[in-house]
Amino acid sequence: MTTYDIDSSNANAIEARDMSIYYGAFRAVNKVSLAIEKNKITAFIGPSGCGKSTVLRSFNRMNDLVPTARTEGEIVFRGKNLYAPDVDPVEVRRRIGMVFQKANPFPKSIYENIAYGPRINGWRGTKAEMDELVERSLRGAALWDDVKDKLQQSGLSLSGGQQQRLCIARALATQPEVILMDEPCSALDPISTLKIEELMFELRQRYTIIIVTHNMQQASRASDYTAFFLMNSERAGELVEYGTTEQIFHNPKDERTEQYISGRFG
Amino acid sequence: MADQARARAESIGVSIPTEATVDLSKRPHIGETIIQAILFICGVLSIFTTVGIVWVLFQQAWLFFGDPEVSVLEFFTTFRWVPEIGLFGVWPLVTATFMTSLIGMLVAIPFGLAAAIYLSEYASDRVRSVVKPLLEILAGVPTVVYGYFALGFITPLLRNIFGINTVNIYNMASAGIAMGILILPLIASLSEDALSAVPQSLRNASFGLGATRLETAIRVVLPAAASGLVAAFIIGISRAVGETMIVALAAGAGPNLTANPFDSAETITGHIARISGGDISYGSIQYTSIFALGLLLFVITLGLNILSRRLVARFREVYE
Repeated sequence: MTTYDIDSSNANAIEARDMSIYYGAFRAVNKVSLAIEKNKITAFIGPSGCGKSTVLRSFNRMNDLVPTARTEGEIVFRGKNLYAPDVDPVEVRRRIGMVFQKANPFPKSIYENIAYGPRINGWRGTKAEMDELVERSLRGAALWDDVKDKLQQSGLSLSGGQQQRLCIARALATQPEVILMDEPCSALDPISTLKIEELMFELRQRYTIIIVTHNMQQASRASDYTAFFLMNSERAGELVEYGTTEQIFHNPKDERTEQYISGRFG
Repeated sequence: MADQARARAESIGVSIPTEATVDLSKRPHIGETIIQAILFICGVLSIFTTVGIVWVLFQQAWLFFGDPEVSVLEFFTTFRWVPEIGLFGVWPLVTATFMTSLIGMLVAIPFGLAAAIYLSEYASDRVRSVVKPLLEILAGVPTVVYGYFALGFITPLLRNIFGINTVNIYNMASAGIAMGILILPLIASLSEDALSAVPQSLRNASFGLGATRLETAIRVVLPAAASGLVAAFIIGISRAVGETMIVALAAGAGPNLTANPFDSAETITGHIARISGGDISYGSIQYTSIFALGLLLFVITLGLNILSRRLVARFREVYE
């Protein structure tokens, strides 16, 4: 397997090395290696079942929650293999946040949704500091102006797009370095989708974002790098091609990438 | 054109319906009608049974309260229940009922809830598939067995711990603990249903923020399931209030107004069981008194069910 290292002069936020992921005896992902650059947006694309979400979830050990899941290989974050025996997945998930396909705010107030993460991570600040953190997180997710007068209302009272931004704000509140987004716009209308994409561009200044998307246009307009996944003959997901979004969409090296981009399958 | 096409189609054995052959008129579905009637009768039957029970309760209770020897005021405001000499103050029976139910719930709620959290949030599918049926077997043990378990095991145990002179051989604590063990599987099973109904996406959100299983269970899953849990607890209390065999065997015979759980006292159900098992004459005031007690029990349980519905509506954290 080739290791796709984009540009060694830039710092990498997180890197997969020969990552294979199994569900029971089934190999869902086969030896994926790729390095994600810091403060960039990297999109994972590919047809359904190609393992792109599985790879994404391996970056913050969410796959650990599936009882039969097992991994081989390494995910390197700040020089440390996240799958080393002494690593606590709970600590990993604090630093590598996640936004899910379907907006899943807690059935609590908007304020409590944001405060939850800091609180479980041993928040020791005052009420005023928490108020400030909540405001900063909501501003970070471009939601503050919409909700500043109704922080005590249920997070579920918001619209779909606002709920998803609330989930992003909730992830920001724990001050992660990397944010994983698993098809965050698939349930949203085009206007809400555009707002999330604009938000991603802003967040890029402070965070590294990896986004799984089914939407080609979204990958092409909202990401800096694109990784194309496909399943091999044994139905295991493999990384086919990885490069700048510009290159993947305009000058793909692999024939399969070219076919997928131009809509001939998937 | 159309005629030609039709002729050709018919020549190869395909019949195309003309407008006249399409029949959309109503047709009798006899099987359907019969099934519907049978199902309706079954439904009505259960409603009639309930209505009948309530009617008998009210009718006999009316006879009781209509008797010149008793008054509703006396029933609710005096504290001695001795039917033989015409004293009908219901409180000793009510307090004993509440005491045994309270002790039962003190056992059943913490252990039942803990078991439910374990099953729903921690146990692997394999463990759950073994433990849940076992719990349900516990729920299937006849209550008379629990009664003798209280008398033959819990009471001696309590007497060993607290002293023979402190703990009466028949006592409410023993009956209450046995009742708690009886209700535990019910609480565990209903609570587990409520916890499992909380969408996995909420747990994922919590784990994704760096929460542990315990934090997720206590701060996300429990609040989201609160309405179902409260309903489970109240169903448990209703069951405890109505439980008869254990208290009849282990709590003691004879109304006794006491706050000491180690004393013997008779609950409403225990009293009804004892009196109706004895040789009282039909139509006597003792006979009608047990219907008044039955009505009271019915009202308590009904009240609890209404309360549970109210609480469910209020606590509900809608998660969709």
